[in-house]
Amino acid sequence: MKKVMSVLLIGLLSACASQTTQPTAESTSAARAETNPNLNPNLNPILKDSNNILSKRSVYFDYDSFVVKNEYRATVQAHAQYLRDNAAAKVLLQGNADERGSREYNLALGQKRADSVRSAMTLSGAKDSQIEAVSLGEEKPRATGHDEASWAENRRTDIRYQGE
Amino acid sequence: MMHKSHDFLSASPVNIMRPGFMLIRQRQSSRRSLFLALALWLISAPIQAALDIEIFGGGASQIPIAITPFAGEEKLKHSITAVVAADLQRSGLFRLVDSPGPPLRDPRQVAYPDWKSRGANALVIGSAVMLPDGQVEVSFYLMDVAKQVQLIDYTMIVPVDRLRAAAHQIADIIYEKLMGDVGVFSTRIAYVVKQGNKYALQVADADGFNAQSIIEYSEPIISPAWSPDGTQIAYVSFENKKPIVYVQTLATRGRKVVANFKGSNSAPAWSPDGKRLAVVLSLQGGSQIFLVNADGSGLQRLSQSSGIDTEPNFSPDGQTIIFTSDRGGSPQIYRMAVTGSASGTAERLTFEGSYNVSPHHSRDGKGFTFIHRNGAKFNVAVQDLATRQVQLLTDSRFDESPSPAPNDRMILYATEVKGRGILAVVSGDGKTRQELSMQAGDVREPAWGPLPKSASR
Repeated sequence: MKKVMSVLLIGLLSACASQTTQPTAESTSAARAETNPNLNPNLNPILKDSNNILSKRSVYFDYDSFVVKNEYRATVQAHAQYLRDNAAAKVLLQGNADERGSREYNLALGQKRADSVRSAMTLSGAKDSQIEAVSLGEEKPRATGHDEASWAENRRTDIRYQGE
Repeated sequence: MMHKSHDFLSASPVNIMRPGFMLIRQRQSSRRSLFLALALWLISAPIQAALDIEIFGGGASQIPIAITPFAGEEKLKHSITAVVAADLQRSGLFRLVDSPGPPLRDPRQVAYPDWKSRGANALVIGSAVMLPDGQVEVSFYLMDVAKQVQLIDYTMIVPVDRLRAAAHQIADIIYEKLMGDVGVFSTRIAYVVKQGNKYALQVADADGFNAQSIIEYSEPIISPAWSPDGTQIAYVSFENKKPIVYVQTLATRGRKVVANFKGSNSAPAWSPDGKRLAVVLSLQGGSQIFLVNADGSGLQRLSQSSGIDTEPNFSPDGQTIIFTSDRGGSPQIYRMAVTGSASGTAERLTFEGSYNVSPHHSRDGKGFTFIHRNGAKFNVAVQDLATRQVQLLTDSRFDESPSPAPNDRMILYATEVKGRGILAVVSGDGKTRQELSMQAGDVREPAWGPLPKSASR
């Protein structure tokens, strides 16, 4: 039976291999370097210019808070301005939460953080149709530690342009 | 589940006796730890798929049971006896008594006084005979040692690759006869394994064997939920830069999108008839509960608040949903009617503490299990819907995602040991706990599957 099951399992596993996306780190970065400019030729290089405020893509939040702090107002407004000036541009706002507590509740907390950045952007003139606010909850932590410094790093909304 | 656990806690041995069965109360030292030397099912999978099981503690009352080796099973590739014994022991409600001597095949061979002197109250004997057609005839008898009577005489014919399932069925029959409620040894569990940057949604037998990956991705998977008939699993995948709800059929591996609306889509929960799911969408602002048909059609909004309404869970009668909401300033558990239109009306159910989340109805509908923040700890708790009495069942640091067994006797949940995610099972009275871990990787997001359809014994 064991042998039969093993064969079965291997069969099943190889059957689902096509669904599995597991590029190695190396091939990912290589692919990115090559394909990204072609992926969206309209993606403005200014978005990646480290001297430009548009290269700032993260908005951090206090514990249990969803208010965009003053220190991030300029960043959010600059992206809103870019969206206003580039009607074809679209952004994905990904909210995040720290790891403490329920995964689904943290997903909803991350959504609040994404929604508040979206509100700030639409108030500054971006169109709602240019923005999708989503949450990654606690599932994609930037900092993987289990301390306040890591948690603070993960209470965040990231701004990603379509094509990035 | 709360009723059962209280009954069990307060029961004198007489109260949980089955007719014609003598039970002796056993006192257990609370620190007793048993390790089940289970043969591990190691397969050459990208993600190692076998769970180690460790049991801690034991209920106040355990039935001492002797299981003699099934006659003839030495000719088979798998032992039935070991599976039956491990199942019963894992429930925390049985204590295994040594069974010396040769296998017994006939109840007339049983010398009752010998078994009584060994301390056994129940005795199982059995046999396994390979038939000419390649199937196996498995027979067993269950005896009440004190009364010297036979309680069960059962024979089944099974294909040789179903011997393990047959053993689980035997354990269910014994459990049902001695405990008076349905056994869950033939059920399955689903959970998510994270190894490095790889995530796998796996399904395994309730004892951790026969684990198989349903889907694997390099992006997170959360919130698996079994369809009521056990043929499908709904889950949330982040493979497309945001949470999307899918339903996957286990037999075919085919899957379909159930909720992929603008914004986030999460927290799927099946209606008891399997026709609809409650999901949480940010489509209309906030995180709100919607109903959607299992094929993704017929979306309608159900909850109506300005903040977070999430983690919906249907009552067994399908009439109400319990869910987590922050409408009162902190996350608490509420109940609302499943009506045809969105409503802001909901009854608050939890009042102790500032963080109560992840509610799941007991299968009898009389209570629910949830996570309660207890100081700096997050613990599994149960609450009775009628009396509102709360009972904390665990004392660990980071418990998550409680999922009750189909007989409400145990609750499966995720916790953390030495920084690693593992699954654990706690009995409804909090006295017995098991840990199910993997040698490498984090295990989380457990969901206990329904009773198999053939369980209508």
